[in-house]
Amino acid sequence: MSYPNDLKYTKEHEWIKVDGSTATIGITHYAQESLGDIVFVDLPKPGSAITAGKTFGTVESVKAVSDLYAPATGTVAEANGDLATSPEKINKDANNTWMIKVTLQNPGELPGLLSAADYEKFVSEEGGS
Amino acid sequence: MGAKMVSFNGWDMPVEYPCSGGIVAEHLAVRNGVGIFDVSHMGDIRLAGPGALAAVQHITINDAARLAVGQAQYSAMLYPQGTFVDDVIVHRLGEDEYLIVINAGTREKDFNWVRENTRNFDCKVEHLSDEFTQIAIQGPRAVDLLQKLTDADLSAVKFYWVTRGTVCGLKNILIARTGYTGEDGFEIYIPSDEPTSERIWNEVLAAGKQFGVVACGLGARNTLRLEAKLPLYEHEISDTINVWEAGIDRFCKLEKGDFIGRGALDQAKSAGLTRTLVGLEMVERGIARDGYKVLDDGGKEIGYVTSGSPAPFLKKNIALAYLPPGSAAVGTKVRVEIRGQAVGAQVVATPFYKRPKKMAT
Repeated sequence: MSYPNDLKYTKEHEWIKVDGSTATIGITHYAQESLGDIVFVDLPKPGSAITAGKTFGTVESVKAVSDLYAPATGTVAEANGDLATSPEKINKDANNTWMIKVTLQNPGELPGLLSAADYEKFVSEEGGS
Repeated sequence: MGAKMVSFNGWDMPVEYPCSGGIVAEHLAVRNGVGIFDVSHMGDIRLAGPGALAAVQHITINDAARLAVGQAQYSAMLYPQGTFVDDVIVHRLGEDEYLIVINAGTREKDFNWVRENTRNFDCKVEHLSDEFTQIAIQGPRAVDLLQKLTDADLSAVKFYWVTRGTVCGLKNILIARTGYTGEDGFEIYIPSDEPTSERIWNEVLAAGKQFGVVACGLGARNTLRLEAKLPLYEHEISDTINVWEAGIDRFCKLEKGDFIGRGALDQAKSAGLTRTLVGLEMVERGIARDGYKVLDDGGKEIGYVTSGSPAPFLKKNIALAYLPPGSAAVGTKVRVEIRGQAVGAQVVATPFYKRPKKMAT
């Protein structure tokens, strides 16, 4: 599995795509594969604040509950309502299935994120695919 | 196999097989066709000798005297205080020979318990866990699959009976029509050496191809048993939960005479229940998980979830929970605390899933 170069990644397996002062956030292919069948996604409402490194929601597979960690600080502009009824979309195409859109607090500064190459190296060291 | 492994009570176990399509696909294969499980982590204790029946009667709650040779029964071993050492399946293999199948996490404890408490009986107690690889073949097509591989007439083996036959060329293999999925199915006990285990596993998979067989892991085993309300140790039953609370009264035969734990059960019965195991179905959006608090409609904590999960076949979010008897009636509205939110649920009848009766056997 290749990870798109235009995304940045966290060690908690979220991806973020920055476009000016807004960003789109989802979870990685590796994350969906580790979770298995995703059955439930709990996302923050528009207007909620999210903080880099802190949890902003939950994703549940049949067997497990996992927290979602914010790759950046900002305010939620939109949450992907499709995922309430079709969470399995994340399994089908994690890299292209967004969870939230965020207005970034400091668009220029996104510390601590991994490039696609570094993330791929990170997950292969974790024993992933 | 490309299985995702997980540590379960110290065992490295396959939780799911991505090549099978994951937990949901595995679960549905067992409900609609057939799936196979490596359940070698289960333990086996054999009691043989003139005093074997008396020993089994002493340490278990069901009435083993009712077993014909070749018959099996669900049962449990209790502590003197009436709580669970483990739940077990007792098989009567011969005139004076019984096989008790026990759970993985409690294997050593169970064996020591059996040995200590059968010293005064004229029978030999052997721990055979490491001698067998146990493969469970489960689902409505399990009988068709296994019949291709054995000379034993499976149509003559009723649910909870055992037979012996040649399986994949191995002679005298124990075949039990038992399982932990709520479906019809079999568990076969083959020699545990790795080449044999691997060969049989692969032959079963190959023979099942025409029925759409998939390899299933612990994840599907858990969701299947939950839909069928089959208890799991440290969840629905434990050393602090008694038989009446767990609701397995019908397997507890007080009329058979004394057994370990019986006195405490008599006392508990006259004292009355303070909690009972119920089925819950989520009414609002959310998934109850093991250990979550259950609240009454007014928000007061009244119990806890023992097992909770999405139910892949029923397509509902279900749970088992201990609640006070006053809140246990079907239809009672309760709430499950999920990450600080009190999410609506209600008490429903169990088992959540019961397989369609169609067997003429």
